[in-house]
Amino acid sequence: MTPVELAAENGEIVSENLDGAPLALRGVTVSYGADPVVFSVDMTIAAGSMTAIIGPNGAGKSTLLKAALGIVSPLAGRVTCWGKPLESQRKRIAYVPQRASIDWDFPTQVRDVVMMGLHHELGLLSRIHGHHHAKVTECLTRVGMQDFADRQIGQLSGGQQQRVFLARALAQGADLYLLDEPFAGVDAATEAAIISVLKELRDAGKTVVAVHHDLSTVEEYFDRVFLINRRRMGEGPVAEAFTQDALHATYGGRLGDGLVARAG
Amino acid sequence: MFEALTLQLGYNAVLVTLGSAALGVAAGAVSAFLYLRKRALVSDAVSHATLPGLALAFLIMVAFGSDGRFLPGLMVGSALSAWAGLWTVNWITRQTRLPEDAAIGAVLSVFFGFGIVLLTIIQTMQSGRQAGLEGFLLGSTAGMLRSDALVIAAGGALVLLATFALRRPMLMTAFDEGYARVQGLNTARIDMALMVLVLAVTVVGLKIVGLILIVAMLIIPAVAARFWSENATHVALLAALFGGLSGYVGAALSATAPDLPTGPIIVLVAFALFALSLFLAPSRGVLASALRHRRLQHDVHLRQGLLALAHNQPVYEAMTQRMLRAHGMMRADGVPTDAGRIAAAAALQDETRWQELRRIEELAMLASRDDGLTPITDILTADQVALIDNRLKPQGVI
Amino acid sequence: MGFEFVALSLPPLVIGTLAAMACALPGNFLLLRRQSLIGDAISHVVLPGIVVAFLVTGMITTTAMMVGAAGAALLAVILIEAIRRLGKVEPGAAMGVVFTAMFAGGVLLLEQSDTSGVHLDVEHALYGNLESLIWLDAVGWASLTDPIALAALPPELPRMGAALVLLSLLTWLFWRPLKLSTFDEGFARSLGLPTTVISLAIVTAAALAAVAAFDAVGSIIVIAMFICPPAAARLMTNRLESQVAWSLLFAALSAIFGYVLAGYGPLWLGASASVSAAGMIATVSGLILALAALFAPHRQA
Repeated sequence: MTPVELAAENGEIVSENLDGAPLALRGVTVSYGADPVVFSVDMTIAAGSMTAIIGPNGAGKSTLLKAALGIVSPLAGRVTCWGKPLESQRKRIAYVPQRASIDWDFPTQVRDVVMMGLHHELGLLSRIHGHHHAKVTECLTRVGMQDFADRQIGQLSGGQQQRVFLARALAQGADLYLLDEPFAGVDAATEAAIISVLKELRDAGKTVVAVHHDLSTVEEYFDRVFLINRRRMGEGPVAEAFTQDALHATYGGRLGDGLVARAG
Repeated sequence: MFEALTLQLGYNAVLVTLGSAALGVAAGAVSAFLYLRKRALVSDAVSHATLPGLALAFLIMVAFGSDGRFLPGLMVGSALSAWAGLWTVNWITRQTRLPEDAAIGAVLSVFFGFGIVLLTIIQTMQSGRQAGLEGFLLGSTAGMLRSDALVIAAGGALVLLATFALRRPMLMTAFDEGYARVQGLNTARIDMALMVLVLAVTVVGLKIVGLILIVAMLIIPAVAARFWSENATHVALLAALFGGLSGYVGAALSATAPDLPTGPIIVLVAFALFALSLFLAPSRGVLASALRHRRLQHDVHLRQGLLALAHNQPVYEAMTQRMLRAHGMMRADGVPTDAGRIAAAAALQDETRWQELRRIEELAMLASRDDGLTPITDILTADQVALIDNRLKPQGVI
Repeated sequence: MGFEFVALSLPPLVIGTLAAMACALPGNFLLLRRQSLIGDAISHVVLPGIVVAFLVTGMITTTAMMVGAAGAALLAVILIEAIRRLGKVEPGAAMGVVFTAMFAGGVLLLEQSDTSGVHLDVEHALYGNLESLIWLDAVGWASLTDPIALAALPPELPRMGAALVLLSLLTWLFWRPLKLSTFDEGFARSLGLPTTVISLAIVTAAALAAVAAFDAVGSIIVIAMFICPPAAARLMTNRLESQVAWSLLFAALSAIFGYVLAGYGPLWLGASASVSAAGMIATVSGLILALAALFAPHRQA
C-alpha cells in the first residue's frame, strides 16, 4: 500500500503529494445556491480499488461525483487524476450517469449508444470500421445485452438501460470508472450482472467508484467506502471505515440504527 | 400625461383604460396560476390560434349579410378556434410521443398560418378591404367604436370577476395538486377552468393588445411577481397588481398621443416591472443572489484556509490565500499571524464540535444544520455546547 | 407554360423549399432538446432587428436588415439564457418575456418613426413576399443554362441555397458531438465536450436559418418549419439519422404543395386571386404533422 493510502486510512487528511491516485479531491466545496451542498471534501481513491460513496439522500453524493468529473464547477477546491489536472486525463475516465438523467425517448439504438463510448477514438469524422462494431458487440456481450443491439433504447427495461450505459463505459476502455447510482431501480439479475462486470474491472487493475445507497450490500460488493453527508464523514477499507459509529455520524442518530443493524 | 392617468381624456379612452386595467388584473392573476402550473407558453398557442376563428367569423357574418366587424361575433369566433388549438395541443401531447413545447409550437404556427391564408382571402373580397382585421394582430384602439369600448370594459370586468371567484381552488391546485385532489377538488376541471380564463383574457385583449402581444400579459406579470415571494398567494396577488398596473398605465399613456400603440406600451410597462424585479427583488433578484454568491465564496475560502492553517497544511488556492491575507490571518510569506492562529483554532474547535454532535443521539437531528460555515454556537444552546465539550475532553481534543 | 412557370413559379418554389429545409434541419435538434419554441422566439424578434437596422442606416438594404435581424436574434438568445440562469426562471417563461418585450419594442419603434416612404411593415415580416420573387430574365427552361439569365435570379435564391449548404455542412461535420450532447449532456461533459458552446451553436444555427429565410418567406414559415417537419419526422422513425432525412423531405413537400395550393388552389375553386403562400405552406406542414400523428409507425412512445 502506498503511503498516501495508509495515511488516508488512518483518517488523516492527506497532504499535497497525491502520488498519482486515480482520483483525488482537495477541499472541494460545491453550492447551487445559498449554502454548500458539499463542503470542503477531501477524497483519495486508491488505484485498483472498488469504492462505494455512501450517505443519506441529499448528502451530496452525486454532486461530489459531478464535481470530480468537472460537470459542475466547485466553489473552491481542486481535482486531480493520477496527480495531473482532470482535463488532461479525460480519456482514461468513464462515467455512467444516473439513468433518470436522460430522455430515453431519444431516437437512437442500443448499438449507437455504446458507440458513443468510442467518441475519443472516433473523433468528428473518422469512419466506423468493423473493429469498432466488434468492440461494441463485445461490450454488449459482457453485460449480456448482445441480443438487443438494434433495439430502440426507449423499449428497454430500467435494468437493461443501465446495462447499456455500463457497456458504453466499457467501450471507453478507461482506467477509472465513475458510476452514479448504478443499482437504482434495476432488477436483481441486472444488479448481479453489473457487480460481476465491475469486479472483473477491479481484478484487471481498474479503479471503480460508485454512488451507492443500499447499505446492506456494501460489504459484499465493495472493498472501500467513502462516507459523505455534506462533509467527508469517513473513508477507508470497508472493514475499518464502514462501522456503526461512522454510519451513526453520517446518517444521524436514530435514522442510522436500522441501517446499521442491516449492515451488521 | 397627467390627464390620461387621471382619466380626463375622452369617454372611449376612459372605457378602454378601465377595461385594460381590469383585464390586466385578471391576466396577471391568471398568469400566476399558469406559471405555477408550468404552462406559461400554452398562452402562446391559444393566442395565435385565435386568428383563423377571427377570420372565419368575419367570413360567416359577411355571408349572412352583416358588416362582419361586429366585435362580439369576432370574439366568439376567435374563442372557438383558440379552444380548438388548445384541444389540439392536449391531443398531441396525450396521443403521441411529442413533448408539449413541440405541440404548442406546431399549433401556434399552423393555426396562425391558416389564419393568414383566410386573411388573404378576405382581402380579396369587396367587403374585406376595410375589414381591418390586421388590427387584431397588434391591437388597435384608434377609432374604436363606443360599443367596442363597452364590450372590452365589460369583458375585462367579467374576466376579473371569474378569476376572483375561482382563486381558491386554482391556488390550491397550483400549489399542490395532490393535496388539492385529496381535499376533493376536481383538478382536471380546475385546470380546464384555468384554460377558459386564459382564453377569455386572450379574446377580450385581442382588440387592445393584439394576438401576438397578449401572450406577454399572460406571462410577464407572473414571472416578475415570482421574484418577490415564495408564497403562491402573494405571487398571485402581486402578479394581478403588476398586470393591472401595466394595463392601466399602458392604455392611459397610449391615449395621450396617436403614435403610441396600446399593446406595445402595455407590454413594455410590464417588461419594465419585470426588469426591476429581476434585478432588485430582495431574495431571488440578480443583485441579491450575486452578492450572496460572492459572500458565500469568500466565507468558504476563508473557512477552508483557516482549517488548512489549523492542520498546518500549505494553502494552495490563490483565492484562499487572498482571503486569509485580506482578513489579516496570514502574512505575505504564508505564515499565519497570531490572529490567524486564534481564528484557525476556533474554526477547528467548531469543526470538532460539529463532528461530535453527530454522535449524540438526542442532538443528531441538529447536525443537519451543519453547512460547514455556520458556527455551532449559532444553532446550539450554551448547555448543549457544554455537553459536547464534556464528551470531547477525555479525548484530549479540547 | 414553360416560360410562365420558369419565370414566375420556379424561383419562389425553389426558394420556399430551400428555406423550409434550412429551418427544419436545426429544428430536429431543437425538438429533441425541448427547445422548439426558441424558433418561435427568434422569428418574433426579427421585426425589432430590422426596424433598428432601418433606423440606424436610414434605408432598407438586404445587408442591413440581415445584420439587424441576426443581431436581434442573438440578443434574444443571450437575454433568454441570462434570465433563465440569473433569475432561475423556467425556459419557456424566459422566452415568453424576452420575445414579447422585444416585439413590442419593435412595433413601438416602427410606429414612432417615419417609415411611410419605405416598404417596411409588420405584415411583410410575418408573411414575407415569396410570390414576388420572380425571375424576369427567364425565357423558358433554356434559361437555366444561360449564365446571363442566371445572374438575374432573385438574390434570395443563392442566399437561401448558401444558408442550407452551410447548415448541412456544419451538421455533417459536428454530427457526433451534436447527437451525443443532445442525448446525454452529462456524459458529453465527462468526455470533455464543450456542451454549453454546442447548445449555443445550435441556437445560433437556428437563428441563421431564420434570418436567411424571413425576408423571402416570412416568419410564419420559419416557425412552422422549425417544428412541424421535425415533429412529424420523429413519429416516422426511431433513428436520428432517418429523422433528419424525413424532416427534410417533409419540409420540401410542405413548401412545394403549399406553394402550388396557394397559387393554383383558388383558381381550381373558381376564385380569381391566389392566397398567401407562406400561410399555405405552414398549413400543409400542419396537415403532414396531423397525418403523422394519426398514422405514423412510431407515433407513440
